[in-house]
Amino acid sequence: MANEVILLDFWPSMFGMRTRIALREKGIEFEYRDEDLWNKSPLLLETNPVHKKIPVLIHNGKPVCESTIQVQYIDEVWSDKNPILPSDPYQRAQARFWVDFIDKKMYDAQRKVWGTKGEEQETGKKEFIELLKTLESELGENTYFGGDDFGYVDIGLIGFYSWFHAYEKYGNLNIESECPKLIAWAKTCMQRESVAKSLPDSEKVIEFVTEIRKKFMLE
Amino acid sequence: MAERSEEVKLLGMWASPFSRRVEIALTLKGLPYEFSEQDIANKSPLLLQSNPVHKMIPVLLHNGKPISESLVILEYIDDTWQHNQILPQDPYDKAIARFWARFVDEQIYVTAMKVVGKVGEERDAAVEATRDLLKLMEKELVGKDFLGGESLGFVDIVATLVAFWLMRTEEVVGVKVVPVEMFPEIHRWVKNLLDVDVIKKCIPPEDEHLNYIRARMDSLKLKSV
Repeated sequence: MANEVILLDFWPSMFGMRTRIALREKGIEFEYRDEDLWNKSPLLLETNPVHKKIPVLIHNGKPVCESTIQVQYIDEVWSDKNPILPSDPYQRAQARFWVDFIDKKMYDAQRKVWGTKGEEQETGKKEFIELLKTLESELGENTYFGGDDFGYVDIGLIGFYSWFHAYEKYGNLNIESECPKLIAWAKTCMQRESVAKSLPDSEKVIEFVTEIRKKFMLE
Repeated sequence: MAERSEEVKLLGMWASPFSRRVEIALTLKGLPYEFSEQDIANKSPLLLQSNPVHKMIPVLLHNGKPISESLVILEYIDDTWQHNQILPQDPYDKAIARFWARFVDEQIYVTAMKVVGKVGEERDAAVEATRDLLKLMEKELVGKDFLGGESLGFVDIVATLVAFWLMRTEEVVGVKVVPVEMFPEIHRWVKNLLDVDVIKKCIPPEDEHLNYIRARMDSLKLKSV
């Protein structure tokens, strides 16, 4: 069957990165369309009328919204190669739990690190480092969160790595000294083609964050 | 079904919609389980040990191994005991079901909590916002007996939060958040739910529940004074 896959995305989005990685892990041809979030396309508004957010995965004209839902969908449709979720139900539940944890906690905490000042920023920084330490302890001595194999939790977290230099610059942090194992994990992930192709350059992210901070008058 | 002895235990709370939805799923599958009522104000060592990250109920213990987060638990139950499937089989339909489940928990629930927790203008704004979200759910029910289609499914189980928590709160708060004139489909859906034995069995008894909500609201008011 002819597969038409379109991804409506925004290049610095750590959520969009998840879907990009999943598509590339499976070797799926897709059309990447970068959205201007201050001027959303009619297609974006039509395919995600509820949230009007990226990423939106459009498979043969049918939209799937929410990055974690997209990654699971991709794994289920293209189930013949490179499985993303574990096959064992208990391992699968653990993987879902940790991605849910990342979704619930990471975005807000990292936002405070680069997007606030003073006490709010200090609180945000502490929270953020604590979260990374919790994740690092979950990783343990494993190569990947999935154990020997790159999988769902790795995909759920790695996008944030492209923002680490921005957090360090604006949050005055040294993430490697706090979480060396996590940095080692990230570097291992970056050696995968699917990840290297899907994450933007750290410098570009810093430029982007600088612009946003100007917009919110943090400069 | 597995032949070895299965030990299923649920650490839950009788008035929690998140705990009850797990009970609905276990009951739909005909799975015997031990229910352990937890005191949130005084968390048990077992709860803290089983869910060290969030320290929250519900937690499902399957042969001693813990699973936390109600949506994760529901999917685990469906993955492990594959009869009477809760989620659709088709990947696209499954994606849609997952989307609506998150919508209920992340949008409707969060906004509806403000109806209970706020007063005056802030409450009015919360009521408006909740109604806007419910209009989307209303649309989904047109021409369907359940959110899952012809029979009860994943989204219905999750959305019992709306049917038996949000709508019961109306009586206590004194505001018709979900009036029948505005939401005829939702009201029809609630009636359909009440016709399902498993639902009737697994939702908190109404009077006790209303008293509980009343007591919680009073304690919230005292806190904000």
